[in-house]
Amino acid sequence: MVESIVSTGLAIGCIYALIAITYNVMFSASRVFSFTAGTLGMLGGVLGSLFIARMGLPVAVGFLLALAGGAVIGIVTEIVAVRPVLKSLDQHLYVLSTLALALMIQQFTAIEWSTEPQPFPRLFDIARGGFDQQFWLPMLACAAVIVGLELLYRRTLIGHAFLAIAEDNFAARALGLPERGLRMASFALAGVIGALAGFAGGEMLLAFFANAPMLTFYGFVPVALGGMGNNRGAVVAGLLLGLFQQAANFLVGGIFASVAVFTVFIIVLLARPEGLAGASLPRRV
Amino acid sequence: MDTQATQLRPRRADGLGAASPFNAALPFLALLVVGIAFPLFGGGYWGVIATRACVYWVLVSGLNLVVGFAGQIAIGWVALLTLGAYTTSVLVAGNVTPALPPYLALAIAAVVGAVFGLIVGLPALRLRTFYFAITTLGFATIVTQVALAWQSVTGGGVGVAGPVFPEPFSSQWGFYYFCFGLAAICTWMTMNIAASRFGRALTAIRDAEVAAEASGISKSTLLGTVFLFSGAVAAVSGGLFASLQSYITPDAFTLDLSILFFIAILIGGRGSILGPLLGTILLTVLPEFAAPLVAWSTFLYAVLLLVIVLAIPGGIAEILDFKNRRPLESDRAIVPQPDLLGPLLGAAPNAGALTLEQVALSFGGVQAIDGLDLEIRPGQVHGLIGPNGSGKTTTLNVISGYYAPKRGTIRLNGAAMPALHRRAYMRIARTFQTPRIVGSASVLENVMIGGTIDGKGTFVESLLSLPRHRRDEAMLRDTAVLALAAVGLEQLAAVRADRLQHSELRFTEIARALMLRPAFLLLDEPAAGLSAEEIGRLGALILAIARAGTGVLVVEHHPDLIFDICHHVTVLNLGKILAAGTPAEIRAHREVVNAYLGA
Repeated sequence: MVESIVSTGLAIGCIYALIAITYNVMFSASRVFSFTAGTLGMLGGVLGSLFIARMGLPVAVGFLLALAGGAVIGIVTEIVAVRPVLKSLDQHLYVLSTLALALMIQQFTAIEWSTEPQPFPRLFDIARGGFDQQFWLPMLACAAVIVGLELLYRRTLIGHAFLAIAEDNFAARALGLPERGLRMASFALAGVIGALAGFAGGEMLLAFFANAPMLTFYGFVPVALGGMGNNRGAVVAGLLLGLFQQAANFLVGGIFASVAVFTVFIIVLLARPEGLAGASLPRRV
Repeated sequence: MDTQATQLRPRRADGLGAASPFNAALPFLALLVVGIAFPLFGGGYWGVIATRACVYWVLVSGLNLVVGFAGQIAIGWVALLTLGAYTTSVLVAGNVTPALPPYLALAIAAVVGAVFGLIVGLPALRLRTFYFAITTLGFATIVTQVALAWQSVTGGGVGVAGPVFPEPFSSQWGFYYFCFGLAAICTWMTMNIAASRFGRALTAIRDAEVAAEASGISKSTLLGTVFLFSGAVAAVSGGLFASLQSYITPDAFTLDLSILFFIAILIGGRGSILGPLLGTILLTVLPEFAAPLVAWSTFLYAVLLLVIVLAIPGGIAEILDFKNRRPLESDRAIVPQPDLLGPLLGAAPNAGALTLEQVALSFGGVQAIDGLDLEIRPGQVHGLIGPNGSGKTTTLNVISGYYAPKRGTIRLNGAAMPALHRRAYMRIARTFQTPRIVGSASVLENVMIGGTIDGKGTFVESLLSLPRHRRDEAMLRDTAVLALAAVGLEQLAAVRADRLQHSELRFTEIARALMLRPAFLLLDEPAAGLSAEEIGRLGALILAIARAGTGVLVVEHHPDLIFDICHHVTVLNLGKILAAGTPAEIRAHREVVNAYLGA
């Protein structure tokens, strides 16, 4: 039983961590939290199932198409819901615009795809073992994203530009960095990561439109606890969240596991609004 | 003071205070008549729709105070509807207790709803916008899951029968009138709040939080109260909803419903009652006209939300706001009437001096102010000048209680002030470098915010429009008209504040600060962006305020203004005092001339 808690918990935790990174990548580029983060995760699963199971495309093609779909939705988010409200960040209109877009995508999926959970294809034709692909795929995806992002940010010029934008938007623009282009690229990247989360976790979560609000919530918990924009904090918090949720699931039952996660989340946030690793609040006047 | 106020009637203030109350009430009266007469034209099915609109509005009216007025993005309010529906149904069905009569059950649901409204809402006091939105969303999911799991009480997925209200409310139209009556009462109550110092304080928290704090508004108390109210009416709405549905299962309480409530408010427009009311009716009725689109209704709501946010952030209320589309006079001048300050400020407050002793504060590694001594005496104007970054605004912020000093003490009349106490109660008022104004409220309402702490009535008295509430409002309105006349803006009293010019906003802030009858007034760059003529008038106004007994601290970059009006000037550089003395001494101070004033 412990084995099952750990493998399921870590796998789910990796999916949460990936959604948290999706939030963070968008946040770094724009100072905006977007409700579409969980929606991207949901789409990864739905698109994967659509391309591979329903349309019968090869796994690799379906995989790439699903990620491309995520990138497109990321760019659409930037153009439709983020860019128009960036001028008035203090009014928090982005909360509403991204919520609206997330709902539109979610409802569209519910109607055009299905309101019931649909099966997600098995990606590798190997027999189910104790440590199955549905567990190690999310972990592999999470590790790949962490290493990839680390290489991108540390080793490449565009990665440095991303960091510059995240650190100080105005200074970066003054240096002549194409801020808008970089922001769109960031949102595309976030889209890919979100879709990857849903795709890798497809077998566990299935292709289900209602995964969107679920991932939006549980993916944000690591962001809040790990400190916003902090990917390492997000991964640690995501894994802990997955383990905690699965343990509570086995010990007290699914419903009260959600209640437990929610309660812990609220209590920790109220005690430390800036997150466990967080920074202090900005000047007010 | 009142008698003097009537003697010195400010010019042209009559009839400009607000649109006539009858005009404002007209749409509501029309809706009331239509609502009462509705059974005459509506068929059976339309009766259900109309009842549903009333039930929804009971919830939305309360949520409107949270979302529309206080600006808190509470998305998951369906949680409280669910809670109210189950509490009422379960108590009437007698699953846990002996079966209770429906009215008692509804009342208990209201109490439970109030408590949970507070619990769901409380994180708003600590958390940033998006965080709060997410927690309400989480709460909505949790409540439905609990309803599903707690089978012995809620019936789980099978559900539970809704309450049936006894005669005369058991028939379809009887129940309609019951809901309509409650909806009308909620409309009336929230209108009372909107027009009270509490409603204005909520909008101040939404749009100008630091100004609200400077006016002595306690965010936690006020939001807590509003969450209690909003939770209670949401739970009542839930009880009615259960009765209307006649049978409830967790499936009935989808997030879509929550989105409907939330979007109704935004479509209606923030800070309005009529707008969200029309929004609720619109969203309830809309799917009925487009039967093939029912499945798409949430999608359409979301599209509407996006369009509203991007294209018309003011919502229906802004479209209906004809009054503020009339052009304003273009060559209008601000002509203060300093002789009105006497009646406005009353007898000279006897406060002693405000002194800072060796105050120091740093942000991270930056020493913002470092061992500052300052004395502001009643009746005098004290100038604080220095280059950018020398710690002038930080000094004001420390006196205002926004930051606790790392070292040193601030004394009022010899007694040390507690570090972070609301200064408004000590009659210390201030203005801001960038005016902090509620753009969607009228100029008069903005000024009235300054007098919030002088109201005597409670929230409940305002809710029910009891005599003390009406006395408060009359008093605040009269004082605000006087304050506006004193700074020279009375002809703009009824205008939306976001239509004003920058200089007018500066004088509006001064009027708002004067509402406190301040013993000390802190002005942060009041002359920035003003014309030379306006600076002259500002100087005269500041001097008159000081003559009325108020101690004034002015942070400024205009040396002429400072040297004209100040009794005493302190020059800061890098958080330390470079020089202090009379204007003549400062003008002759070689270091100051070299470092700051120039030859």
